[in-house]
Amino acid sequence: MTFIKKPIFRHPSLPTNAIGLTYRDYEGVVSTLCAGCGHDSITASIIDACFELSLPAHKIAKLSGIGCSSKTPNYFLNNAHGFNSVHGRMPSVATGANLANRDLTYIGVSGDGDTASIGLGQYCHAIRRQLNLTYIVENNGTYGLTKGQFSATNDKNSKNKRGMDNPFGSIDLAVIAIELGAGFVARSFSGDKEQLVPLIKAALEYDGFALIDVISPCVTFNNHGYSTKSYDYIREHRSVFGDLDFVPEEETINTSYAEGETISLKLHNGREINFKKLGDDHDPTNQHKVINTLRENRAEGKVTTGLLYIDPNKSDLHQTLKTSNTPLNALPMDDLCPGNDFIDNINNLFR
Amino acid sequence: MSNNISYNELVIKFANVNGSGSASANTFCAKSLYRMGIPISAKNIFPSNIQGLPTWYEITVSESERLARKENIDIMVAMNAQTYASDLNEVISGGTFIYDNSIRRSFDRDDINIIGIPIAKLCAEEYSDSRQRQLFKNIVYLGSLSLLIGIDIDVIEKLLADQFKTKQNLLDANINALNIGRKYVMENIDYPLNKQVRKCNKNSNKIMLNGNEAAALGALYGGATVASWYPITPSTSLVEAFEKHANKLRKTEDGHLNAAIIQAEDELSAIGMAIGANWNGSRAFTATSGPGISLMSEFLGLAYFAEIPLVLFDIQRGGPSTGMPTRTQQSDILSCAYASHGDTKHMILLPADPNECFEFGYKSFDYAELFQTPIMVLSDLDIGMNDWVVDEFSWDPEYKHNRGKLVSADDIENLKSFARYRDVDGDGIPYRTIPATHPEYGSYFTRGTSHTDTGGYTESGVIHAEMLDRISKKFETSKEMLPQPIININSPKSKIGIINYGSTTVALNDAIAQLSSNGIGVNHLRIRSFPFAKSIKDFINDHDFIFILEQNRDAQMKKLLVSEENLDVSKLISVLNYDGMPLTANFIVDNITESLNNNKNIKAANSPPIKIV
Repeated sequence: MTFIKKPIFRHPSLPTNAIGLTYRDYEGVVSTLCAGCGHDSITASIIDACFELSLPAHKIAKLSGIGCSSKTPNYFLNNAHGFNSVHGRMPSVATGANLANRDLTYIGVSGDGDTASIGLGQYCHAIRRQLNLTYIVENNGTYGLTKGQFSATNDKNSKNKRGMDNPFGSIDLAVIAIELGAGFVARSFSGDKEQLVPLIKAALEYDGFALIDVISPCVTFNNHGYSTKSYDYIREHRSVFGDLDFVPEEETINTSYAEGETISLKLHNGREINFKKLGDDHDPTNQHKVINTLRENRAEGKVTTGLLYIDPNKSDLHQTLKTSNTPLNALPMDDLCPGNDFIDNINNLFR
Repeated sequence: MSNNISYNELVIKFANVNGSGSASANTFCAKSLYRMGIPISAKNIFPSNIQGLPTWYEITVSESERLARKENIDIMVAMNAQTYASDLNEVISGGTFIYDNSIRRSFDRDDINIIGIPIAKLCAEEYSDSRQRQLFKNIVYLGSLSLLIGIDIDVIEKLLADQFKTKQNLLDANINALNIGRKYVMENIDYPLNKQVRKCNKNSNKIMLNGNEAAALGALYGGATVASWYPITPSTSLVEAFEKHANKLRKTEDGHLNAAIIQAEDELSAIGMAIGANWNGSRAFTATSGPGISLMSEFLGLAYFAEIPLVLFDIQRGGPSTGMPTRTQQSDILSCAYASHGDTKHMILLPADPNECFEFGYKSFDYAELFQTPIMVLSDLDIGMNDWVVDEFSWDPEYKHNRGKLVSADDIENLKSFARYRDVDGDGIPYRTIPATHPEYGSYFTRGTSHTDTGGYTESGVIHAEMLDRISKKFETSKEMLPQPIININSPKSKIGIINYGSTTVALNDAIAQLSSNGIGVNHLRIRSFPFAKSIKDFINDHDFIFILEQNRDAQMKKLLVSEENLDVSKLISVLNYDGMPLTANFIVDNITESLNNNKNIKAANSPPIKIV
């Protein structure tokens, strides 16, 4: 797609959210990804989620690594600072940024190559530390920018565009996240905005590491008949865990679900997540059961989507490190520098 | 042995087994001498090992302040039978060799004084616990030594009392062990030796500490709030010291910490975190050594090109590869100056001692924000891990931390426009915002891809080249703002200059004094930063021959000078040491003298010998 400038014109009757902003205020520059790319749908869902939550865009930092997916932070939230870092290293940059200012909302966008291959180490350690980050993997099972090599999330024996078999097993990022203690783990499909937007909203409001592994078909290299990450394949093989309804603090709980079918989870910060169970009796707070169900579904060739796992009581990195409540980047130099008053004491330590 | 006693000019060396507790006893000895007011320098020569390998500790005592390491040892305290043979050889004729004669040995030297003290036996008689028997051997030899060379016992006892402030039983036990050693000497040995120490008053404005602790305090004074690191010798103690002091100086009233210290999973992550924190407006640093620089190189290129401030302490050790992790070198000069792919270049500070580690420690954060680029502080194992006696720290109450062109919310409303990478002032340095500065203005996209002056993606070759040129301009601007070289024109008419940097300064000062007394006058320049200040090229141009002293094989600083300053190589003569040990003055004097004798041109330049005025 050619790169064009978006017109600044706004229709006067565009709906506004609670802080008086329109959907357009949450947009970025025009995407340069291929027409029909799943990633652009995810971008739209991120914009929807931020708009609906009435988040001030400038208090969000959006970070990414390298790859098609990692280009997308440029396509949403123009008023937020963005950081397209190096391949597979977004988690460390996000960790540093988060340490500097605990008050912002952090969105990390990565791909399956960026996370499951070159960045697997940083991914795991960011989870271990309970970094307060919404980590969205735009998972298309292929290396797009280098033209169609298999990625580590591609299923064994699935084929590439040229009909070659993938000889190696795949890495399930959601299972790894649950195993390593992530507090919020979800999987979705770029083509299902109704499921994805509430998941992103809930993840953004979750204080801790929140993974959303979004299957996002690559229309150019991995949307053919032999792919297990194509639009058709995912639509046919989805197993949905349940409907999610995210309730921001100031709203009343949506009670459209019948009693007994809905699990209501209260987060640290007062926000509430309603999870509507489906027939499979999924309990998103039971780590062991979740992992078992994911494995069983997978063995049957099903891709499980929805809120897979949540622990509402995790401590995030700042709580663990006991960093000051004031963001570190807001502390004045005069407070940080011990100054002349302490220089004698310090010298005396070394006499 | 009491004839011709000399005072305060001697070298003591302890030969021990690592992991046996000798390090604290040896440090007590050095610190006692420091507290007696005597100039000393101490070098810990230790293995990359936890327990069982040979380790040495050298103390050069010199009231005349000739503090370089020396080849010949006056008093060897030989507590490791594995190394007796080589330790014996190092003792100067007329010197003393002290060993534990619990097992008697004969030594094949009749030109030195050999003293046997049955230390293991004495400890076995005194202590029943095997751990105590081992540990107190060290204090026993310290006690013996104190009587043999005249270390003031009150000073040692006061030092132990300070050390074991809250542990009276430990203090009593240590003093008891000291007295065991002293009593044995008193009753059995002809003392004092002919090399003695005595109080003088040269340390009243001095402190004794290592460069890593000094750099950590510098970082605290510089307002650093985030330290992300991965353990690697010899940089580890820097971040550990930062954490220790932050826990005292940065605790909030409610028990929180105005700092975040995080041990990363590797060096890539460590530098990534520091970059992320700096990008978001905290002053953040990482510390590493050579192998870490290799791993951090990709990120260094990002910080260079995306213009993110960063402070990196590189405590150099012996390379290449894993090399000699516990030995000192200056061999990361080129890999730091040009770290990362593409056209990259980095600003480097070169402290020569712990005092400068403190000074550069806080100033580096100003430079990083002023120039919006990584600042690498290149210390080394010798500076970082050895205890040095240096001028005490001072702090100018008027000092204001300089955050460079960091734009606040108010400022940005007054700006007509904001373009993150635009050279508004003509110095190559653009204006910078951090996330959440303002709801409407100042946001931009940071990227490692080529970008326009507003941060947009570009594949325009013209814009790319302009961006690289503008970044070069920052480096031009920095040349006269970074720490300037120290120049000593000892001998205004001399055509011979010596250039050095970092930890070799102590040895070089001794060497220059020796050369001077040999009738060879040389001028001296110490490089303290890169890109090079203009005065460096002037100094080189003002001399016909320039010796460049370095601790690496490949003459890295010379190469950097030649390529950056377009110099005539023929007048540059390298003096190189790369055995991993701190230099001796003789090494420098011998090398320079040999060059002078072998090179007709230099001989002519130095004929007749130029006397120092």
